[in-house]
Amino acid sequence: MNPAAAGLVQSVDWQAIAPPTLTAVAALAVLVADLFTEERRKPLLGATAIAGLAAALLALIPLRAGDRSTFCLTTDATACSYTADHFTLVIQFLVLGGALLTAVLSLTDTRRELPAGEYWFLLLASAAGAALLPASRDLATLVVALEVASLPAFALVGLRRGDRRSSEAALKFFLSSVTATAVTLLGVSFVYASTGTLHLTRVAAGLAEVPAPLDTLATTGVALTLVGFAFKTAAVPFHFWVPDTYAGAPLPVAGYLSVVGKAVGFTGLILVTVVAFPGHARVWGPVLAVLAALTMTAGNVAALRQSATRAGGAVRLLAWSSVGQAGYLLVPIAAAAYAGGDRIGATVAYALMYAVVNLGAFSVAALVARTRPANRIADYRGLYATRPLAALALGFFLLCLAGLPPGVIGLFAKVAVFSAAVDAGLGWLAVVMAVNVVVALYYYLRWTALLFRAPDAAGDSGAPVSAEGDRPVPSRRPRPAPAAVAVAVTAAAAVVLSGWPQPVLRFAATTLF
Amino acid sequence: MIDISESVMRLLLVFIVAAPLVGAAAALLPAPPGLRGTGPDQAVLRHGVTVTGAVLLASLVLAAGFDHDDPSRMQATTDLSWIPALDVRIHLGVDGISLPLIVLTSLLTFLCALHSYATRRSGSGAPAGGHSARAFTALLLVLASGTLATFAVLDLVLFFLAFETVLIPMYFLIARWGGAGRRAAAWKFILYTLLGSVVMLLGLLLVGLQAGTFDMVALAAGEGGGLTATVQVTAALAIGLGLAVKTPMWPLHTWLPDAHTAAPTVGSVLLAGVLLKMGTYGLVRIVLPITPHGMQVLAPYLAGFAAVGIVYGSLACLSLARRGSGGDLKRLIAYSSVGHMGFVLLGIASMTPTGVNGALFANVAHGLITGLLFFLVGAVKERYGTADLDTLAGAGGAALYGRAPRLGGLLAFAAVASLGLPGLAGFWGEMLAMFGAFDPAEGLNRPAFLVFLSVAAFGTLLTAAYLLVVVRRVCMGATAPVPGAPAEAAAPGRPGPAGAAGPPEPPGTLADLRGHEAAAWTPLVALTVLAGLWPAVLLGLTDPAVQQLLAGGRS
Repeated sequence: MNPAAAGLVQSVDWQAIAPPTLTAVAALAVLVADLFTEERRKPLLGATAIAGLAAALLALIPLRAGDRSTFCLTTDATACSYTADHFTLVIQFLVLGGALLTAVLSLTDTRRELPAGEYWFLLLASAAGAALLPASRDLATLVVALEVASLPAFALVGLRRGDRRSSEAALKFFLSSVTATAVTLLGVSFVYASTGTLHLTRVAAGLAEVPAPLDTLATTGVALTLVGFAFKTAAVPFHFWVPDTYAGAPLPVAGYLSVVGKAVGFTGLILVTVVAFPGHARVWGPVLAVLAALTMTAGNVAALRQSATRAGGAVRLLAWSSVGQAGYLLVPIAAAAYAGGDRIGATVAYALMYAVVNLGAFSVAALVARTRPANRIADYRGLYATRPLAALALGFFLLCLAGLPPGVIGLFAKVAVFSAAVDAGLGWLAVVMAVNVVVALYYYLRWTALLFRAPDAAGDSGAPVSAEGDRPVPSRRPRPAPAAVAVAVTAAAAVVLSGWPQPVLRFAATTLF
Repeated sequence: MIDISESVMRLLLVFIVAAPLVGAAAALLPAPPGLRGTGPDQAVLRHGVTVTGAVLLASLVLAAGFDHDDPSRMQATTDLSWIPALDVRIHLGVDGISLPLIVLTSLLTFLCALHSYATRRSGSGAPAGGHSARAFTALLLVLASGTLATFAVLDLVLFFLAFETVLIPMYFLIARWGGAGRRAAAWKFILYTLLGSVVMLLGLLLVGLQAGTFDMVALAAGEGGGLTATVQVTAALAIGLGLAVKTPMWPLHTWLPDAHTAAPTVGSVLLAGVLLKMGTYGLVRIVLPITPHGMQVLAPYLAGFAAVGIVYGSLACLSLARRGSGGDLKRLIAYSSVGHMGFVLLGIASMTPTGVNGALFANVAHGLITGLLFFLVGAVKERYGTADLDTLAGAGGAALYGRAPRLGGLLAFAAVASLGLPGLAGFWGEMLAMFGAFDPAEGLNRPAFLVFLSVAAFGTLLTAAYLLVVVRRVCMGATAPVPGAPAEAAAPGRPGPAGAAGPPEPPGTLADLRGHEAAAWTPLVALTVLAGLWPAVLLGLTDPAVQQLLAGGRS
């Protein structure tokens, strides 16, 4: 390792920044290689992308002590722009793991419907931004990382050639997101104006002693900064883009957005609230608590009203349910305002659980979409009879999301969130969440019950033929092996975690920063 | 009784909780060669009987090895760390309070498995065809594991987990194998109880976080010392609400009649015999010792609701039993459960050893008697094709005495046991519960309890009234025509009851008690008589444990 260069040159700890860097390098490699690869060799690009993500995941191992940081100020070694602490590592693990699963899931799509080179580049670029975000410890890096993660996502959503719905979804997503980013940037500039620094820890110190005339400016800056991150987490009232975007996007991308996109938003929110603005907890604490309550209620009520026969209904339901889940994820952050930053560990634990089971649910949806492209909820009727393992896996994922045994890991993740709320004295929020858990059970269990019902759906309007007769699968279609692998991996992870929840829940009990 | 080393006892208890779960997973796998039986259904249902039988055997050995001289001590304890992050431990153990319930649960699940196995071809209760029997057995076993775990765990979070485990299997049992209106009833059941149990979770977390431990034994030993009065009242209210939904306490009982009416026989038996007990057990095990002050504040309300529930349940039954009201027998028994559980709640609310012992006794007695009643009604429904009292009884009466004398006799027996005839199990619990209410714990308002007591006493009269009406309408009457004409219409092509009646049935008679029915019901009858004649066998177990739980209750 180089000794720190004198003067203005910062030293760079290449090992610490390896995970996002490797991902970005792989992205560029794929983009360039795409130009020189013949059509029949295109699958190699997918393999490269997966290898890049796997290498990035492996690069996390040497960092596991969680004590690295780099890009520090030459004048103040404690103010660094990049920190690889435990929080960073676990979120990077989540993000890269999620991207890896998405990549596996997309292997079949990229052979036919999606342009391979662009797709892999965009996915990897977005993943690189998402992996950079948890490590960034100054507002500028944070915003840059957020944009690196989001901009490719817009393109990913609109990537399906000649699909009008796909482009419309992308445009919706893009316009609302850009507005949110603009507002965030305004907020950041206000905060910078009132504190004179961009490093999160220094902002925290600076906000504590803002001169009186600038106090309003600082508070406004704090509020505006939060808006952008609230958008990314799809918190109310910034949630309307979610169902259209998810339903319009290619299925793996929808899964990616619901997990990695959400993780990006939450990471940013946690960093700005708990690390940068702890002094303003009285401002953002109640706001986040109310947002959490509204978000979970809006998401769950909308999910409740999804009709079983609507085209793309399965993804829409998952989209609305992910809005509801975002509400639960917000609860510990709100609790952190009252009971200290350690509470966000419950958010991290919940996010890990959610990532596994939600990606699993999307994988099953991808599997079913092979034979039933409309992907209505009604198409899942009697899945147990035709694909027993997929049906059991989906049932298990849905019960994990609902938080009922046998989905033990989902139950305990909810218990962790509940206990954060109760511990912080947010009794009302806990009660709102309790009611929401019951509401959510209704639609999760309705879907689960459908899986095991007899497939002879005579009274099923709009489903004219039974499973076997439904437009025979063309033999030229590739076998859905990648999707099956994704289902198997997530199901195995969820089952193991249900028996041994400690690996995920330990984050709920430790200090991550 | 017999000396079994502690480590064997420990293994037995772990086996009782874990075996049904493993069995449920095994039920989903294809049967290994040599165990295929005569068909997939038969094999998997037999698997269910084997597993529940083994669990019953284990729990009997556990009861035999239990140190009856010291029932207040937690025995066969296992204490392992499971999720250190949430401070959740796998802490299991039995004492005099939980042992009878564990034995009762394993007995009832075994009988249910036996019933499904024996009736697998007749289409009642047990499912047939495809994956159905497989799923049925797996769900039954998960249900058994959840209930047994509820009675065996000593950790608040684990208690919640076990409490929730029963929801999904019960939902599917009702929604898939139930009768008319089963979907709505299943939804009502699961949403109602889940709402209750999530609120209970908040209370449990409040207790655990404030006291710094989720261990029930440690918390009970602390007698709520570490908790302030406000926390205790809030926690007792939240936990109590969740448990009251499950019990069910009037006015939170509305899910119960629907669930019972729609559920298959096996579901009804387990729901009434076991699931309801989880609520009252939780009150005794958690609310009474851990938040004694909160309980003291809430006890008069609990007693009041209990007394109203007793009268309400009886009145509802009376109106269902009336001619022309279209009452369903299963619904009637469900309402009678509301009344009976009212006595249990009244006993608990008195916060005296007498009352709580009475409550625990009534708990077990209700499990035995109502389990038997639901089995009997299931048998009647199978023979007549309906459980609707008016269709059944017609103008004169269903004449069960004449058509199927043994069945009629058993029904009459169960009915009088249920109304609390001295000498049978139903009597002691209710009497002791009322006795407790007569002289409630210090600090409770005695005049109020006396009022509740007299209301409850009036309820016993109403109970006697409706049960006798039922007996008259179902068991008595002239044998001449078959009022159950719809019975034949309702089940076309059903093979005649195998074994009992070889030739086509002559009109006017029905298949009487069959071999498997006799086998399934004899233990329940015998235990009802035993508990009625020799109550000490139960009270000797519960009393020391209750004394210990309440030791700090009046501080």
